[in-house]
Amino acid sequence: MDFNKLFQLIVAASLINNFVFTRFLGLCIFFGVSKKMETAVGMSITFTAVMVISSALSWVVFKYIMVPLDITFLKIIVFIGIIAAFVQSADTIMKKMSPSLYYKLGIYLALITTNCIILAVPLINSGEGYSFLESMAFGVGSGLGFALALVIMASIREKLELADIPAPFRGLPISFIIAGLIALAFTGFSGLITL
Amino acid sequence: MSTEAKTHQLVVSVSPHVRDEESIARIMWTVNIALLPAFIMAVYYFGPRAVYVTALCIATSVLSEYLFQRWLKKKTTISDGSAFLTGLLLGMNLPPGVPFYIPLVGSFVAIVITKTLFGGLGYNIFNPALIGRAFLLLTWPKLMTKWYEPTALFVGLDAKTTATPLGILKEEGLAKLVEHFGDKAGVYKSLFFGSTAGSLGETSAIALLIGAAILLYKRYITWHIPFSFLASVAVIAWIFGGKGGLFTGDPVIHLLSGGLMLGAFFMATDYVTCPTIRKGQIIFGIGCGAVTMLIRLKGGFPEGVMFAILLMNCFAPLIDRNVKPEQFGAVKKKEDKK
Repeated sequence: MDFNKLFQLIVAASLINNFVFTRFLGLCIFFGVSKKMETAVGMSITFTAVMVISSALSWVVFKYIMVPLDITFLKIIVFIGIIAAFVQSADTIMKKMSPSLYYKLGIYLALITTNCIILAVPLINSGEGYSFLESMAFGVGSGLGFALALVIMASIREKLELADIPAPFRGLPISFIIAGLIALAFTGFSGLITL
Repeated sequence: MSTEAKTHQLVVSVSPHVRDEESIARIMWTVNIALLPAFIMAVYYFGPRAVYVTALCIATSVLSEYLFQRWLKKKTTISDGSAFLTGLLLGMNLPPGVPFYIPLVGSFVAIVITKTLFGGLGYNIFNPALIGRAFLLLTWPKLMTKWYEPTALFVGLDAKTTATPLGILKEEGLAKLVEHFGDKAGVYKSLFFGSTAGSLGETSAIALLIGAAILLYKRYITWHIPFSFLASVAVIAWIFGGKGGLFTGDPVIHLLSGGLMLGAFFMATDYVTCPTIRKGQIIFGIGCGAVTMLIRLKGGFPEGVMFAILLMNCFAPLIDRNVKPEQFGAVKKKEDKK
């Protein structure tokens, strides 16, 4: 087992190729829930969990069903189906088994279903031909990277709550500017690990 | 009788009760003055171009702040020296031979996008001058990494181009760097006095240290951020910087080269963009040092001070949240996890 490669995958996916700041994916959730720290933390936890499980599920389906049947060209539609089915069943099970957890995290689950990072990770996994553990590592890294982005953004937006921002820029516009400036800072990591 | 009654009068007023002569304008102009030695060294080594680039930066910064505040119908604050300081710092972070539009664009990004849109001085999340420079570096990477050999006397525009000490260290190793300057003492000497290639104001460590001494003496900056920044750079350079295994690196070269002195004393310590709590400032400094060395030793860029400070600027609000001192006598809230 190559632990070095797994570690590199996690670091690369979370910091160097951070989905939000270098590929600009998943921005709808990123701007939607980063207004308050509390929601940002809840979203981060749910997101990372869903990311890891869905990348594992889609890896199994891709390797043992789609490749033997030679239907890999359908992967976008199949992965969407897998993720939606998994998230919906998790949602239903959680509602029955643990209502308290459902009321805390349930609202985020509905948002996650159609998130583009959740779809991008299985697609990249299958495109790069990662093994099962590598796919999991990539999923963990991407989830942590998204969590980091959300928490940073929420702390900045809470700090700017009382700032005297010019009226046309309040709310979403200034958030886009902040995201751009953070992305500028994150380019410093580029070239750190070349996979 | 009446005078005595007056002196014993009980004055009821809202805080603050202790007043001082200090003001934003006074601090900002003092920092500008503290940068003067470094500016003089820049003019000495890089000639009239240093004046030209810096003046353009300052003029654009002050003008764009003025125009924007007029346009937004806010109080004009150009006399407090903060826009002047942003322009001066940006100018000192640029290579000597840049064409005229680079200072213009950089200052505009620094003042308008990074500061005015966030609500002006006091609300910006990032250091304006550094965002200006990062923007320029990524937009015009060729122009922003064209360094000139310093020449002690004024020369024409055909000065020799060369690599910065950190660039040589990254691409060709320590042996080549030593060869470039004669011997090891020669390397230290040129880095200390500033006769190396680099951005205008960053090359001369001695001039920046004089400025830093003024600020520390006036207590406009405290030791927490610069010291933890420099110390973590030195320790990491000593442990991981050498080619011959652990603990063989040369911390002195890493401390004196690049924008470290300028960054640690003048930019990481920016009141607005660093954590306000002392413990947080030490974490901030260590983070800056660690990221700087990570980029210098492993990253794609030869110099990492700018990116390190910007990255830690992102984390500053988060650090501040987590090092909040506990209120005196407060009881920790018990969290019930179900």
